[in-house]
Amino acid sequence: MKYTAKKLLLAAVTMVIVSFLAFLAFQIIPGDPTTTLLGTDATPERVEALRHSLGLDRPFLVRYGSWVAGFFRGALGTSYSYSMPVGSMLGGKIPITGLLTGLSFVLIVAVSLPVGLLSSQKENSRLDQVLDAVNQVLMAVPPFFTGILLTYVFGLVLKWFTPGSFVAPGENFGACLRYLIFPAVAIALPRIAMTVKMLRSSMQSELRRAGYVRTAYSRGDSRRRVLYGHVLRNALVPVVTFLAMTMADIVAGSVVIEQVFAIPGMGQLLLRSVSTRDFPVVQAIIVIIAFWVVLVNFLADVINQRIDPRLRLQ
Amino acid sequence: MKKRRLALFLALVMLGTALCGCGGGSANESAQGSNGKNGTAVRGGEITVGIAQDLEDSLDPHMMVAAGTKEVLFNVFEGLVKPNSDGELIPAVAESYQTSDDETTYTFTLRKGVKFHNGQPVTADDVIYSISRCAGLSGGDPLVPALSAVKSITSPDSKTIVITLKEPNNEFLAYLTVAIVPKDYTEQSTRPVGTGPFRFVSRSPQESIVLERFADYWGNAAYVDKVTYKIYENADALVLALNSGSIDLCAHLTPDQTSQLSTDTFQVLEGTMNLVQAVYLNNAQPPFDNEKVRQALSYALNVQQIMDLMADGHGARVGSSMYPAFTKYFDDSLTNYYAYDPLKAKQLLVEAGYPNGFSMTIKVPSNYQPHMDTAEVVVEQLRAVGVNAAIQPVDWSTWLSDVYTGRNFQATVVGVDASNMTARSMLDRFVSTSGKNFINYNNSEYDALYEKAIAASDDAEQTALYKQMERKLTETAANLYIQDLSDLVAMKKNLDGLHFYPIYVLDLSTIHYVE
Repeated sequence: MKYTAKKLLLAAVTMVIVSFLAFLAFQIIPGDPTTTLLGTDATPERVEALRHSLGLDRPFLVRYGSWVAGFFRGALGTSYSYSMPVGSMLGGKIPITGLLTGLSFVLIVAVSLPVGLLSSQKENSRLDQVLDAVNQVLMAVPPFFTGILLTYVFGLVLKWFTPGSFVAPGENFGACLRYLIFPAVAIALPRIAMTVKMLRSSMQSELRRAGYVRTAYSRGDSRRRVLYGHVLRNALVPVVTFLAMTMADIVAGSVVIEQVFAIPGMGQLLLRSVSTRDFPVVQAIIVIIAFWVVLVNFLADVINQRIDPRLRLQ
Repeated sequence: MKKRRLALFLALVMLGTALCGCGGGSANESAQGSNGKNGTAVRGGEITVGIAQDLEDSLDPHMMVAAGTKEVLFNVFEGLVKPNSDGELIPAVAESYQTSDDETTYTFTLRKGVKFHNGQPVTADDVIYSISRCAGLSGGDPLVPALSAVKSITSPDSKTIVITLKEPNNEFLAYLTVAIVPKDYTEQSTRPVGTGPFRFVSRSPQESIVLERFADYWGNAAYVDKVTYKIYENADALVLALNSGSIDLCAHLTPDQTSQLSTDTFQVLEGTMNLVQAVYLNNAQPPFDNEKVRQALSYALNVQQIMDLMADGHGARVGSSMYPAFTKYFDDSLTNYYAYDPLKAKQLLVEAGYPNGFSMTIKVPSNYQPHMDTAEVVVEQLRAVGVNAAIQPVDWSTWLSDVYTGRNFQATVVGVDASNMTARSMLDRFVSTSGKNFINYNNSEYDALYEKAIAASDDAEQTALYKQMERKLTETAANLYIQDLSDLVAMKKNLDGLHFYPIYVLDLSTIHYVE
């Protein structure tokens, strides 16, 4: 319990710091929402009037305090660009990004674990060398490029999906999944490669140094039994941590993929909102992402503790 | 042996992957489609229009500023008058109008039977509300600066509106394209309601905007039933969506993009963007405060080469702050005033006191690829006469606050359009006291000409004065004028009825499917 409480406190502090830094960043960068909203029709009087009506002429700490207070009440503010409440704007986008992230994660785990294990089992065989080479290629190719390639091959040539026709999950869940599988593959490929490499080297280092491995072999265990029965559990710990970082990274890197596949997710919205200096939206999304990162790392810690009881001793 | 074969295999894979990335658009030009097809117009159907940016703007017609927002909402709102594709003003919410002899009083007769999208009929009160709001008559700032010329607006009876101006203005009619909106409706910024041929249905941020044909429209009803605007921020995603059939129509494409479209499905039509792209110089900053320097740089530019390199030769050269669609006011003799002459450029620089050239920074809004491309060519052409220019890309928000409002720049490449359809708005910007004079142009003769022009008693005199103002801008090389960018529109072959306007709008009401 103490452990959970400590983690929760840490999470809260992280989010406060992140949101404060984001707020601060907007103070520093040039350009502000009023000139963006008024465009080339801006006159000094109109700019002032708009600043006042948006509350932008209050001191920095007052504005930040008021935002925090609003956040705890559940009022995330109103978008400057869209005049819509931020909560309802994000309400539609979070499931989309969530679905995409979830699909990518399933793909990553489902492919990288078996491949990594296979690779470790047949270490230094021909298969292992080929896999290693393929790995290198996949790590080097940027998801942006893979995305366009997949869209072209599966969308235009094979016509397995229609590029540009994203279907919302509320409308038709099946069609949405069918559309999202391709961007999920584009996101997953380089990360599968990295996870495989990670798992493989983790397994190798465990095999090399651990005394219990020698004991197991001397007991008559097959290589297979040693791997799956003993080594895997220890080797998984750094991999789980790595996967947590990957999950955080996917959400952050989703912007590029969302653009290529025309998916109206959170990443796209974040990018545009920074461009138009739409603070309320940016703040809300940044806090959500911070929360996500903290959550994912927390889950990774919990899972690691279950795998390796030694980590439970605090 | 095994290792060598593996290495060879890897090398081939890498080469293949690298080559896939190269290879730009194909060399064949898309054919320019014809607009007048044989085939009967079909009523009904739905179309999907691709746009490259969402409307991150208020949807309130009196508050919207972005050209992209106006382009879409042109179909939703109308004023007392509205522009047609020839650039003339035709009566819309008003049925007819009269101007007093001294050009200070305009009398409008309201059209019968005009309804708002929410079903309510348009009354004189709504008109008074709309125009007062824009003119700032009920206190507060005028939302549409041009309407600050209005002194009062009254309605002697339910069918008549009388607008009185503070001073005579024979171009005032063009400002009455401002939207007429219902008086007591407060949700314009999120659910706009107007009188146009299409009504707003819904929007999803960064995803789509949906419009539907308004059944009770007073005029010629639109052909298609529903229009969905879909947003594609990424240029490649836009092309993929076009080729897959997700989009039926898309404007403002580059030649690179149109060359990738299948000519079986799409026709490519060419219009113009209706703006003046130039290297705008800050006339208050040395060395650009020196007229000889500005003239030298004008001679240094090879505009034909710029258009060839950044747009495959598409585009129309301009020599002053006016674009060709304004046929009445466009002075073609100014177009080639500064014929490409790098020797003369160098000579003028020597005369100005810069025999070894100088360095400068050009700030360019990075979200507009055409301006970025133009700037790169300009840099090379300036280098040839000894001027070292560095490009500084800034994002649009920064451009607006830094360059446009803050006037903190030496040079910038951008396109300036006519905010309403008047020649005046292309020229009044450069009056020395104008709040929109971001280039700090200061020429007393120009100011004097402007005063004479707005006081001009007849149209011919005013037109002549405008042309003189254009000439003044060119002769003093206020900016390095380049072109009116070409506007490539891709439309499915089974669609027809696209009319290009002399302003940045896309009229959907005439677009229809053909059998």
